[in-house]
Amino acid sequence: MSVNQAVTLKVENIHKTYSREEVLKGISFEVKKGETKVIIGPSGTGKSTLLRCVNRLTVPDAGRIWLDGTEITHPRTDINKVRQSIGMVFQDFNLFSHLSALDNVRIGLIKVKKMEKGEATEEAMRQLARVGLEDKAAAYPAELSGGQQQRVSIARALAMGPKLMLFDEPTSALDPELIGEVLEAMRDLAESGMTMVVVSHEMGFARSVCNEIVFIENGVIVEQGPPYLLFEDPQHQRTKQFLCKITELYGKSERK
Amino acid sequence: MSFLKLAYEILPALLKGTVVTLELTACSISLGFVLGIALALGRLYGNRPISAFSNGYIQFFRGTPLLVQLLILYYGLPRYDIRLSSFVAGILGLGLNSAAYQAEYFRGAIQSISRGQVMAARAIGMSRFKTIINIILPQALRIVIPSWSNELIYTLKYSSVAYMIGAPELMAQGKFIAAENFRYFEVFLVVAFIYLVAVLIVSRVLNMVEKRVRIPGLQMAQ
Amino acid sequence: MWNSIPPLLKGTVVTLELTFLLLVVGLAVGIPLALGQVYGGRGLVLLSSIYEQIFRSIPALVLLFLFFFGSSFIGLNISAFLSAVLALGFRSSAYQSQIFRGAIQSIPQGQMTAARSLGMGKFQAIRHIILPQALRLSLPPWSNEYSSVVKDTSLAYAVGVIELVREGRYIIVRTFEPMIIYITIAVIYFILTYAGNKSLGYLEEKLKVPGFETKGRKE
Repeated sequence: MSVNQAVTLKVENIHKTYSREEVLKGISFEVKKGETKVIIGPSGTGKSTLLRCVNRLTVPDAGRIWLDGTEITHPRTDINKVRQSIGMVFQDFNLFSHLSALDNVRIGLIKVKKMEKGEATEEAMRQLARVGLEDKAAAYPAELSGGQQQRVSIARALAMGPKLMLFDEPTSALDPELIGEVLEAMRDLAESGMTMVVVSHEMGFARSVCNEIVFIENGVIVEQGPPYLLFEDPQHQRTKQFLCKITELYGKSERK
Repeated sequence: MSFLKLAYEILPALLKGTVVTLELTACSISLGFVLGIALALGRLYGNRPISAFSNGYIQFFRGTPLLVQLLILYYGLPRYDIRLSSFVAGILGLGLNSAAYQAEYFRGAIQSISRGQVMAARAIGMSRFKTIINIILPQALRIVIPSWSNELIYTLKYSSVAYMIGAPELMAQGKFIAAENFRYFEVFLVVAFIYLVAVLIVSRVLNMVEKRVRIPGLQMAQ
Repeated sequence: MWNSIPPLLKGTVVTLELTFLLLVVGLAVGIPLALGQVYGGRGLVLLSSIYEQIFRSIPALVLLFLFFFGSSFIGLNISAFLSAVLALGFRSSAYQSQIFRGAIQSIPQGQMTAARSLGMGKFQAIRHIILPQALRLSLPPWSNEYSSVVKDTSLAYAVGVIELVREGRYIIVRTFEPMIIYITIAVIYFILTYAGNKSLGYLEEKLKVPGFETKGRKE
């Protein structure tokens, strides 16, 4: 994972309050091109909210976000245009139920990028092959396993040619045997140079693939740094506690 | 003459009325469909005034009898110099009425589509409009088929109320014939039979259509 | 203008009488019909299905005419009011039986099983365990049926019953203000359906058992 000096995503001082409770209390960080960042932290600390602020599915109360120089949080920005450059993978997959796998991947190309049908089909099949599902192109979401559905949703996001990929707990809704295939797809993606921000508990993945781990608790970044540093020599007691707990639950080594 | 002979004799005349009944039904359900979708989208995605208007419209047309609505259109409007033929008033009344019910069915279908799919559509850059057209409506229109089938049958039956404002449909034909031969009960027995057959046929056809457009995993509202 | 109020009120009362009576007929026939469909043998199920199909496929207006003319056809001399109550009542029973049948069938099999294992006979179990639950579950869709019925009573106008719409016609013939009168009548019906639904909603609340979901939303 060669890392450029160029900054792809810049998040500055994000605040967000939900029904009187402030879930994000001034989050700031940067993601360089080609970098993979993993965000960890106890449930309910606003990690998903943070991701959704990046593509403005949720509007932050304060703070600013830039993607490659374009300010996402600026009211005048054409958000639909920006979203084409950001790919998002959801915990619940959110595949379009009425469309086959191929159509799910194709629809953004045809309707948003206004590609020609033939070209779009080629690109869509390419992405499906990339996640190993070209033989399931005609299947409907209900006919696919959870792991397959998630891989299709990764293909759907990749087809748009994004500069940045966001993963919101991509394996949390999957049966244990199916987690491996998704993590593998994500690792391939990281190694191919994609800039990624991943919210996850999968420590094996984090240790082997990411450049930096960000630990968020109670709406603030407690600690951030490269995996080996955080695991071997964390600065904060809380970081150590949390990592121990997580490693206990989700395993130290990589899932195959 | 026997009942069967009578039935045989009056059938052609009654079928003429049946054609008008079917015309009334087809036109008004179409009007109701277009208006119903507009109302449902207005109610769900419109701003305050549009949403309130939709809601008010739906409440009014569902809370008052079809007969009264038809009477208003046919006898009330002429007071302000708008004269509609009974056929047009019938279509308008049935259509406006049906729109209110269809709007509620559409609303239910749209709301049953998971919010997550809407988020995913927005996340790949689809505008609100594109999301509605490409993701929500294709699913909602399939989900709504059972309810819509009900509505079609309902409209077919209630087209009979247009008789009260003089539309020359099946009921009116029946009354006309019975007034001549005074065999009211038997004539209307044949009329009832025609409605029965019509409803059965339409149900069967709609059932087949539903099976044709089914997509695995896409839940139909019951 | 204000003299039209007393006759309209008279008409409203007749409408309410019609509504009440035919709902009772519908209930009295509908519940046994539903029980027959759920617990009865083959023959009973078939017969009740045919009954339902007939009364749901024939328009209300046609049924009104059939009962009105049919009664004199077979020699019975009954008033228009009574024939309307019977026609619309039997029709409602077909819809009500479907409501109750749905409610009964949504109660888990385990309830009946548990009741029988205590030694209750089938009839006892139905009376003490199934019906109380089924009736609660039926309230929301029954509320819809109430609205339907109130509006359908307007059709009794066609067989000469002097209910709300007919009273309205008499007034219009005298005053030549069709729009105002009909709108007023529409408002009265609206109030009747609204008040009825609200009351039934209140009843639903009162009968609610904590943790027991009354399925179905009011549209």
